[in-house]
Parts: sequence; structure tokens; C-alpha cells
Amino acid sequence: MALQTNSKIVKWIEFRLPIISMLQHSLVDYPTPKNLSYWWSFGSIAGIVLVIQIVTGIVLAMHYTPHVTMAFDSIQHINRDVNYGWLLHNIHMNGASMFFVVVYIHIFRGLYYGSYKYPRELLWWLGVIILLLMMATAFMGYVLPWGQMSFWGATVITNLFSAIPGVGQEIVTWLWGGFAVGNPTLNRFYSLHYLLPFVLVAVVMLHLMALHTHGSNNPLGIDRKGPQDSIPFHPYYTVKDMFGFMVFFLIFALLIFYEPNYLGDPANFIQANPLVTPTHIVPEWYFLPFYAILRSVPNILFIPAKLAGVLCMFGSIFLLFLLPWLDTSRVRSARFRPIYKQLFWIFVAACVGLEYAGAKPPEGIPLIIGRICTAYYFVHFLILLPLVGWFETPKTLPKSISEPVLGGGAAPAGATREKP
Amino acid sequence: MSTTTKDAVAHGETSRRDFLYIAAGAFGAVGAAAAVWPFISQMNPSADVLALSSTEVDLAPIQAGQIVTVVWQSKPVFVWHRTEKDIKAAEDVKTDDLREPQTDEARAPKPEWLVVVGICTHLGCIPLGHQGQYGGFFCPCHGSVYDTSGRIRQGPAPANLPVPPYKFLNDTKIRIG
Repeated sequence: MALQTNSKIVKWIEFRLPIISMLQHSLVDYPTPKNLSYWWSFGSIAGIVLVIQIVTGIVLAMHYTPHVTMAFDSIQHINRDVNYGWLLHNIHMNGASMFFVVVYIHIFRGLYYGSYKYPRELLWWLGVIILLLMMATAFMGYVLPWGQMSFWGATVITNLFSAIPGVGQEIVTWLWGGFAVGNPTLNRFYSLHYLLPFVLVAVVMLHLMALHTHGSNNPLGIDRKGPQDSIPFHPYYTVKDMFGFMVFFLIFALLIFYEPNYLGDPANFIQANPLVTPTHIVPEWYFLPFYAILRSVPNILFIPAKLAGVLCMFGSIFLLFLLPWLDTSRVRSARFRPIYKQLFWIFVAACVGLEYAGAKPPEGIPLIIGRICTAYYFVHFLILLPLVGWFETPKTLPKSISEPVLGGGAAPAGATREKP
Repeated sequence: MSTTTKDAVAHGETSRRDFLYIAAGAFGAVGAAAAVWPFISQMNPSADVLALSSTEVDLAPIQAGQIVTVVWQSKPVFVWHRTEKDIKAAEDVKTDDLREPQTDEARAPKPEWLVVVGICTHLGCIPLGHQGQYGGFFCPCHGSVYDTSGRIRQGPAPANLPVPPYKFLNDTKIRIG
């Protein structure tokens, strides 16, 4: 439906910059599958978390000092002296965790319902780029408080690049701007931590453009056959997303107000000391599965364990770029793929196992669990998904989104927008 | 029977839905305002800045005729140990002649001590002491002239140099702020 208005101001603007009709097109009229479940709310929740992170981050930057002698103290200054600094800091540091919670759910939703398949491959790619940008941003943000975990996390992660044959050490020195993590490292991480979220916003915009080109996937994973399968975004999904926000904010608030340090590491309350490594260093929870892969990999043929671990860790994410072609089934939703559905849950279990293994010292049972889960992670993507697409017999797909509910094609009452 | 929304709309009355819209909107507005407040408040002076809001000055070493500049709330404050001649010059002025009429007595309860914020009321420069034709302060930026009581006498400044809140802790010590 085109923009209908009698307002002269709106018409004046529209003639020069069609921004209002664009918003109406993408936020109001935008036809959306009518069967989206709450699993589809996590995209918009991730969006609101990004906004919260940027707003609290800009405000925290007004009080933070990016210098090795003052960074740690400036965090205490924020927590104790700045008006509501404790609140802003708690929101920002727990917001990072919640961003990953929400985005991981969003990704697993995509995996379960085949949202990465034709014609949404680029949409999926942009999502993987968003994940990589989030990881870089979160990692550099964690360095800023300049606690023990900040410092040693930065040391370990930057040292990953030393595994590159030949030029590894030169690259690491270049990343540090010195011969160890120090003030130049802190300054550049601060600069990039401020920059990357805005790059994220730009990629999110592209993600949305790609999304709106073919519209959302849906729990049945079938294409919409006609207008009877869609409802306008507003009010149906604006209200549904708002409800999702409210539930999310409740959980977020519990964390912020009652357990703000639950997800943090006590070692980060000790100022960075370049001469003493904490006895047990672990990254933030959202990196643990990848950290587990890094530590699980032994020597592979002629590749030393250090390089193999780094390659597998980065490979575990880059595999996601290939996923639309590794999964050879043309049926999207796991609802109609009996074997894939089971593999999906085994894959989830493997990720949980990696999360567990990543949190423990790499020895004994946790190391064995880490190795099994790492192996499954790669077998799942590289062997099982391509094969299952060939051998699995999918269940019969419904003829349309309306059919399973209404048993036919007739337009139901709620499907057309009531005109005022 | 309660009126349905359709009936109410048809008759141009207030419906339950109108009530829900207004109630939800009002609730949302209050929530948004509450959420925005910390983001505004964080820019106000923090606790460590407020902790430095008062300054104590030992008057004993200040010689007669000497002007000492101390820092109070990041601002320069002139503490002037005035001579008899300075005091007499300030008291002899007829307040009717002043741009901002104030008696010297009101500005300096103990006449030998003048305490004023050393920021020109024109555009914020720091005036020079013992200068200008009234023997008080002269602002080099735009030529405002203050007398020995820190009152504006000439030039573009609109008001006298303000007297900060201060009190004598004993005969030789004051606390500003």
C-alpha cells in the first residue's frame, strides 16, 4: 500500500526525500509470514541490544581513561563516583553477554529452520560477518578495564597470530605496537572498540536490506504462496517484538541489578600485572566453545598443534560461510527433516560440551570431551550435512502456510489490514 | 452490558481501546523518562569532583596590600588583604554611581579582607590585580575596570565580581564554598 496522506509537510518531504514512505514500507506495511514464532523475536532483540551497547558505550567513554596507569582506576571512578556510573557500567558489560546470548539463539534458530538456504545465502553471510565483528568488538572491549584477565586475554588472543608460519611474530609485534601488550595496544583497542560498533550498524543495515528482499523465513520453511500467507509487520509483529523486548529486559534487569558480576571473572578485579599470569585463565563465556577447539586440537600430520588449533578455531566460524552449500537438502525447516533434526540437537549438545570443556583446564575428562565435541563440530558440517541431504527422505511439506491451519487458501479475517 | 469498541467508535465515544492506548502510552513515557535520566545525570559533576567543592585558605601569610589567587571549584578566587587606603576608596563611592549598586560593607564583612571570584563578568577572562584607574582590577581582554571592592566601574562587563560563599573558621582562616 502506498503512503496515503493529506499532510502538506509530509508531501513536501516525500517529494524530496522519500524517507517516510520507505519507513512505512519496511516497518508498517512490510508483509511478514503469519506463522512466525517467538524464535523470530531474537533478531529485533539483538538490534535493541546493539543500540543499548552503543548508547551506554558512548556515555562510558566520557569517563574512561585509555592509559595503562589510569584505565583500571577510571573503571573504579565510573563505578563509585560518576552519577549512575555503576548502572551504565553494569548495563554495558552485561549487555555484551546478552548480545551473544541473543545472537547465538538467533543463529541456532537459523540453523534449525534452514534460514541460510536459497535465496538467503547473502543474508546469512552478513550475519556471520556481524558475528565476527561482535567478537572483535567484545574482545577489545574486555581489554579496556585493564584487569588481569583483560591483560592476559589480550596477550593470549593476539599471540594466536604468532602461529602464522614465518611472519607470525612480526604480525604480533605490529598488533601490539611494542614487544608486549602495553599502552599502545590499549589505545588502539580503545579506538577500534569505539569504531567497530558503527561498522556493525552498517552491516546490520545490509542484513536488513537482504532480509527485506525475500522476507523472513518461517517455521515451516516454505515460501509464501500469496497474500493470504502474510500479515503486515505493524501492528502484528511490532507488538510481538515489543513483548519480546519486555521479557528480555526483565531478564537483563535481573542480571544488571542482582548479579552484575555473575558472568565476569574475579581476576579482573586485580589490576593488570605484566609479570604474573593468573593461575587459570579463561575468556568470557561466549568465547569458550572456540577456546575449547583451540586447545583440543593435537598435531595433525605435519601441522603443529599450535597452528592446527588456531586454524580449526577460525575455521569453525568460516565454515558457516560455506553452510548454504554444505547442506545439500532443499527442504529448509528441520520439522520436515527427521534425521537432520536429530543431528541438529547433537550439534547443540556438542556446542554445550565445548562450552563446558572451554571453561575447564585442558586435561583429563574435559580434554576428552573437548576433543570429541570438536571432532563432531567439523564432522557435522563437512560430512554429515552434505550426506544427509542425499539420503534423508523429508516429510511431506504443507502446500501453503495457511493450509495446516485453515485447510485451504481462503483469505482469513485477520490477514488484511483494517482501514481506519 | 459494557459497550464494545465497535459500538463506541460508531457513536464517537471513548472506547476501552482508547483507555488502553493512553494507559500504555503514559506508562511507556514514564518508563522512557526514567531510563533516560541516568544518561543525562552522568554528565553532572561526579562525586570526586563534588568532594573538592570547598577550599580552605590560611590568611596569616598574606601581607597587607597583597592579592593572593586560590583555586575554588576549578575557578580562581582573589583573596585581597586590603590596606586602609583601599578600604577608604571603596567605602567612599556613592552606590548610586554604580552599575550594580552594592556597598563595600555588604561585599567585605571584614573590611581588610576582600574575597571575590576572579572571573570577569563580561566573557570569563581573569582580570589583573592592582590595575586600572580605580586601583582594583583591570581585565585585559575587553577593558573592564573594577574598583577596590571588585565592583564594575567601566567597560563592557555587566556585573560586579561575585563574592563566593565563605566564612571565617578563625581569625586567620576562611573556608570558601
